[in-house]
Formats: sequence, C-alpha cells, structure tokens
Amino acid sequence: MYDIKCDVAVIGGGPAGLAAAVAAKKEGAEKVLIIERDEKLGGILQQCIHPGFGLKLFKEELTGPEYFGRFVKEAKEIGVEALLNSMVLEIGDKEVFCINSKYGVTRITAGAIVLAMGCRERTRANIQIPGTRPAGVYTAGAAQRLMNRQNEMVGKKVVILGSGDIGMIMARRMTLEGAKVVAVIELMDFLAGLTRNRVQCLDDFGIPLMLSHTIVDIKGNDRVEGVVVAEVDANKRPVAGTEQLFECDTLLLSVGLIPENEITRKANIKINPITNGPEVNNFMQTSTPSVFASGNVVHVNDLVDNVSTESAIAGASAAKFAMGKLGGGDEITVTTGNNVRYVCPQKVSPNSDEKVSFYFRVLAPKKGVRITAKDGDNVLYTRKAIKVNPGEIEKVTVDPKGIKSLTVEVTEEA
Amino acid sequence: MLKTDVLVIGAGAVGTAITRELTKYKLDVICVDKNDDVGGDCSKSNSAIIHTGYDASPGTLESELVVAANPRYDQLCEDLDIPFSRIGAILPAITDEQFAQLPAIKEKALKNRVYDIEYRSKEQLLEMEPELNPDVKGGLWIPRESIIDPFLFVVAMAENAVANGARFLLETEVTGIDVEDGKVVRAKTTAGDIEAKYIINAAGLHCDEVADMVGKADYTVVPRKGQFYILDKNTSCKVNHIVLPIPTKVTKGKLMTPTMHGNMLVGPTAEDQLDKKDKSTNAAGLASIRDDVSKLIPNVQLRDTITQYSGLRANRNPEGLRIDVYDDLGGYINLSGVRSTGLTNSVSIGTYVADLMKKMGAEMVWKDNFITKRKGIARFHELSLEEQEELIKKNPLYGNIVCRCETVTEGEIVDAIHAPIPARSMDAIKRRLRAGMGRCQGGFCGPKVIEILSRELGIPTEQVCKNNKQSYMICGKVK
Repeated sequence: MYDIKCDVAVIGGGPAGLAAAVAAKKEGAEKVLIIERDEKLGGILQQCIHPGFGLKLFKEELTGPEYFGRFVKEAKEIGVEALLNSMVLEIGDKEVFCINSKYGVTRITAGAIVLAMGCRERTRANIQIPGTRPAGVYTAGAAQRLMNRQNEMVGKKVVILGSGDIGMIMARRMTLEGAKVVAVIELMDFLAGLTRNRVQCLDDFGIPLMLSHTIVDIKGNDRVEGVVVAEVDANKRPVAGTEQLFECDTLLLSVGLIPENEITRKANIKINPITNGPEVNNFMQTSTPSVFASGNVVHVNDLVDNVSTESAIAGASAAKFAMGKLGGGDEITVTTGNNVRYVCPQKVSPNSDEKVSFYFRVLAPKKGVRITAKDGDNVLYTRKAIKVNPGEIEKVTVDPKGIKSLTVEVTEEA
Repeated sequence: MLKTDVLVIGAGAVGTAITRELTKYKLDVICVDKNDDVGGDCSKSNSAIIHTGYDASPGTLESELVVAANPRYDQLCEDLDIPFSRIGAILPAITDEQFAQLPAIKEKALKNRVYDIEYRSKEQLLEMEPELNPDVKGGLWIPRESIIDPFLFVVAMAENAVANGARFLLETEVTGIDVEDGKVVRAKTTAGDIEAKYIINAAGLHCDEVADMVGKADYTVVPRKGQFYILDKNTSCKVNHIVLPIPTKVTKGKLMTPTMHGNMLVGPTAEDQLDKKDKSTNAAGLASIRDDVSKLIPNVQLRDTITQYSGLRANRNPEGLRIDVYDDLGGYINLSGVRSTGLTNSVSIGTYVADLMKKMGAEMVWKDNFITKRKGIARFHELSLEEQEELIKKNPLYGNIVCRCETVTEGEIVDAIHAPIPARSMDAIKRRLRAGMGRCQGGFCGPKVIEILSRELGIPTEQVCKNNKQSYMICGKVK
C-alpha cells in the first residue's frame, strides 16, 4: 500500500474542496492534499460553461471554468497539492483510502479531513416515472457533461422535467445547439431554481414552463419517442383526463440533488435526515471531530459563492484542528422555526468569538416576510424580505457569544 | 453460407443452456439471437430465483424439469463462476384462510418430490425474518429455493459454450425456415442463410412466430407482464430469505427477496397483454406491488427504489410447457410455454433436448475434452487489498474507477467488451458488471462508458447504443 502523510486531506477538488484547501494552507497547515477522482480539478464547474458565477464573491460575472480557475491558480501558487484520478473508497478518523491507477491502493494519513464530495442527481427511478426504459432519458447534469466536456449532442427534441437550475440552464444550452426544447415541466406550483435562470434561460428563449404538471408515462422501446404530461392536483396526484402526449427524442431530468455521502455513512458520521448531509457546527466540523465538511456534500447550495465562503471556514478550521488550535466545547442545536426547512450549520458554539452565518431554506414560497434569528425572546437578527422561495437559500448572520438557544424563522410581515 | 449440425434459435437462458449442453458432444452448434446480447429478453427481467418446483402441477413436464434442475445449480455455478446462493424461501400465512392452505401446499410439494419442505412456527418465522408481518400465523420453509445473478448465468453458459466450440451470432434474426422432403434444412436470417441438420426453436416470447415458419403454430404466446422494484442496498427494511406469498391460481404472487448483490427485489405483477415488445411499467401495477407486499413486510420502503422494470413471461395458450417433435417434420424441436420457471428449467431443458436428439437418431458422440470450467471477469471490489494492488500493477486501468456506486473499474469494462461473449452496449456492460445499476443509475458512469465503448469497439459515439441498434445514446456532435 502506498502511504502519504499530510496535515489536511481534502476529498474532492471541486469548488468546495478548492476553497477549503486554499483556506487550510493560508491558515498555516503545512501539507494540504486534495484527492480528486477526475483527471482535473474544478469538479462540476468544468461543465458549467455558462456565466453567472462569482457575483457575490468577486463582484463580477464569471463562467464556471473562470471561477474555479481563480482558485486553482491560487492553490498552485501557495503550494496546495493534488492527487488526481483517485477515487476515495473509505475514510477513518484520520485516514483516507483511495484507488489510483499509478500508486494502486493508497492510504493518506492526515491531521484533519475535509469532506467536499459534492452531490449527485436524483434519477428517474427516485421519482418513479412509469413507462418504457428507452435510451434518451438523461439527468440534466449527465447531459451537460456529455455536451460541454465530451462534445456530444444528446438529442434534438427535448422535454425537461423539473425546474431546477441545471434543467433550465440545459434548456438554454440545448436551444443554442439547435435542439427544440418542447417544455419544462414542474410538479410544484412554484419554480425549483433561481428566478434569474427562468428569465435568462426560459423566458428569453420562449420555452414554456408548465407548473403543477408532471410526466406520467414515457413512450418508445429503443429511443424515447414521447412523454405523457398531466396536470397534478393539490396533493401532487395526476388529474385523469389532462394527459397530453409530447413527442420528443430526449427527456432530461432536473429533479433534485442529493449530497454524496456514501463514504460519510460508512464512517458512521452523523447524517442530518433533512439535508442528507453530515451535521456540522459553526466550524463545519462533523460528529467526528477530525472530519470537516463543506459545500454540497453538507447541503445543496444554489450559489457556488456561498459554497466557497462556507468551505473556507471548513478548511481553516480543519487546519486549526490539525495544529491543535481549534477551540469549541459546548454546542447548542439550532432550531428551525416557522417556514424554515433546515438551517446549516445545525450546531453552534456559544463561545465563538466570530459572527456566524447560517444558511437556510424555506418550506413554502411567501411574499412580504420577516426573517428573524432569536435566542428565546431576544432578537439577534431581523430583516424584511420581499419574497422567499424554497429554491433560493437565505442567510442570517448572528453573534453567538453567550446565547442559550437559537431559532431561525420566517414570519409574515404585518 | 454457414453450415452447422445444430442451429439453436434464441440465446436466452434456455437457448444458451441447450447450446452449452450440445457442445458436450461432437457437434457443430450455432446459436442465433435477434438481440445485441445473450439473455436480452425474458432472461434479463425476472425474479432471479432458482425454484425447487414445490408448487408446480405434479406430473407435468414443467414440474419434472424444474425439480430435476434445482439440485444441479451448486456444481454448475461453481464451475461457471456464477453468483448463486441457497438462501431458502419462507411462505408465511398471514390470514387464517392462508394458514388453512398450508397442508395442501406441503402435500403438493411432496408430490413434486420437494421432500425438504417444513413447517415453521410464528416464532421461528419472526426470528428468521424480523420484518415479517407480526400477524403471521405460521408457514413453510423451503430451503432449496435460491437466488442467482440471472445475467451472469446466461453469459457464463454462453461463454462456456463458446470455449467448447459453439458460435453465437447476435443481432441475427431468423426470418424463415426452409423444409425439404419433410425435414428442416436451413434457416434464413438477417445475416444470411444457415444450413442445419437440426433446428431448435428456443425463441421464448417469439417461439410461436418461429413455429409458424414451419407450419406448427398450433398455439400462441401470451406475454404476461411482471413489474418489479429494485431497492437501494441501504434501505432500512430488508429480508434475509425469499419471502413468498401463499400462491393463488394465477401467479406465485408478489415476493420480496435479496438479490445476489445486496439489493432488495420486490414484485412481480402478473398482467396478460398482446404486445411482445411492451415492457413498460405503469402506476397501477407499481401501486399493486406496494399494496400486496406490505401485507407480508409492512415496513417495506419502496421510496428507496433505485429502479423499476418489467419483464414478460412467455406464457402459452393453451397453457403448459411443451417440448415437441413432429413425425412429419424431421430435424426440428419446438419449445413453448417456457414461462417463469424457465430460468430454473433451462439446464434440464438442455439435457432433455440432447436426449430427444438421440431419440431422433442424431449422431451424439461425447467429446472427451469438454471444458467444464469458466472464469468470469475478476471483480475488483471483491478482491483483497493485495489482489487489487497486483491487478493495478498488471493493468493500470483497474486503478481507474468508472462507476462509483458499484465500484467498477475501467479494467473490468474493457475486459467485458473483449470477452468471449462481448459486451457491446451500455446495458450489456451494466448487466455483466453493474456499472449503471447502482443508486445513481448511470448518471455518473454513463458518459464515461459511452467513451470507453466507442474507443474499444472503434466506433463513433453515435453508434454506441443502450441495447439494440435503434437505441442510440448520442445524436451527433455539439456545433
């Protein structure tokens, strides 16, 4: 077995892993190693050739490759190392086991580990669309990879199920490549992704968005020949008699993302049932103290800028832990109040000297609301918001010093 | 024109088993199939169970074949490197009415010479199967009901047949059979004519169409659809044995069983239809699986599904498994009504057909150099650390993991593409190696497998297919 020793091992070289590694190195960790399964760093951003990244962090609009390119450049300059073409199969508290075609089975011993594996797409089977099983049913991300990294066109006449961001981005991408996008179908009565993507990717190209609809059948034995679309009622059940056949050769699915936590589960790290990611505190530290986590492996983000910010905390904290300098101790669990689905991080130390940002998603879309974070009756943070959507992450920043409890809620503004 | 002693039509479990059996003799054997791969129809979508025949109709040919087949699987699977496990089945009676049926079921099993069937008490059953409905009254234990990897079973038999001299011609559809002087002489196929002394119809779902080519279609095939769920290996509610419902007149009913790879398989439905191609699932069928199986296993988590599929049983009208020879048609054997027991039956059908050929006067001389063993592709994730290291050193492609869900390496995929029965499509690779059969269903590995197939087969990506020719994955290049 090939052995490598380092101070901080980062699993995954996408935006989360890059930001964590850079922050760990800057914090003073001597040897920081990214373990990446692909042949290049950058993760999913390599296939995100559209603009819209970096508006928050860099105050300019970048493409995916431009965005991660800045991190790769910095990582190289400050001496972050990377082990490419290496698939991690298992981790221990301070060990990472991976397979690499050059070194074979490789063991990386580290002072701290950062999990930054990102997420994967939900599939046709997850949402149980009945019908035949022909070629031409792709998850939006797989189609995006084929088109943007492998130069392959996946279809000519497309229906997209799910109004997630990748689905809308792919609607535009396929249109620009000469395909006809028949419609984007959304089960809910609201958009799953960002409003700006609806405007820029659907509205601008005249692609119809059908809310409160779903696909009830897939036709075609060899290749997709069509899909049957039906309206759904308030309980999301298809309404009989509303079925219509949309002819197409391709069905793209943009029906949600799931944090990629196979190795996290194997390592018995506590997983939050709502986010499907590890539970973390304000240091992005998991239930195993030497293991940190950030980015979409923790909870699915909508903006990569937030991933980078959160990952910098994970990386810096992991470095401190490896050097024996990370504080901590008592922790309180954040409570989800009215119209809040989850809050991340889930735990916070009341001894923390720094302000902590909490990211959260609402359960239902609402207009004219007030976002509040409070400790009992003591309001720590409050602001008005014109609207909130489950598809868009909200943030509250709180000074946790000395708090006894923390609840985040979204209430109607009087 | 190709010439052979025996032409077997159909490379499903049955056709492949017949082909393999005949290679034990000094015979030239060709097996043709219209699909891109062996086991491309009924043999790929079934419950993956090797039955004992406990519930067959005693005295029928089907009963004889299935009862004779079951004991052969230990040796066969060891010889041919096929994943197989004798996990046993339980038959729990949940209602008083079902409980009252148990003696009759046992009686029938004994008539079928399944002598090891035994009663189990409520307590014993709940200990064996903690997720079982606690209302269970008692039931039966059938220890030799077993599970198998149905894909590798067919591939292994075919590869062993190839090692013993058989030829498999895939994507080759029989379009007609010539009869001269009351005897079959050749088959017309989409790949040219094949002259044969003997023609064996093992076309499964399409066996009535082949029979019609020689004027022997005195029956029709009535496809009976069975829909299934496959659940994630991580699902919280699992069973340890095959959990069978008390059978009804129509079907064995909907069961829940582990698969050879640690998933849970739940189903099937039983729906008669006319279309032989329609293997779609439907909401009503899937809902009925939920309703029925939750009576046995109340906590079954169908939302943990990683895929749903359906298969067609090649049922016959009039009913019953038949293997026919005809006084007025020499050299021809017709198999029909090989239905849900076909996976189990296949090996004894092979022997039965060989015996029939002897009776028909075929010159059947044993080979003294028949190769009994076959080794499959080394499965990287099953190897020890040392073996993994060794393999990567020998071939670095084994250090490149392509499918993360099932830990499948590029080395295994390349080996499968160049195996004796080559995997030439996305589904063929999936069936052999499970790349794309895990929880992400090929979202991650799919684009890579397309690249590997294109590279190894020397074809443009536009020609890479999911299975058959028209199932293209890619329609051109990006502008």
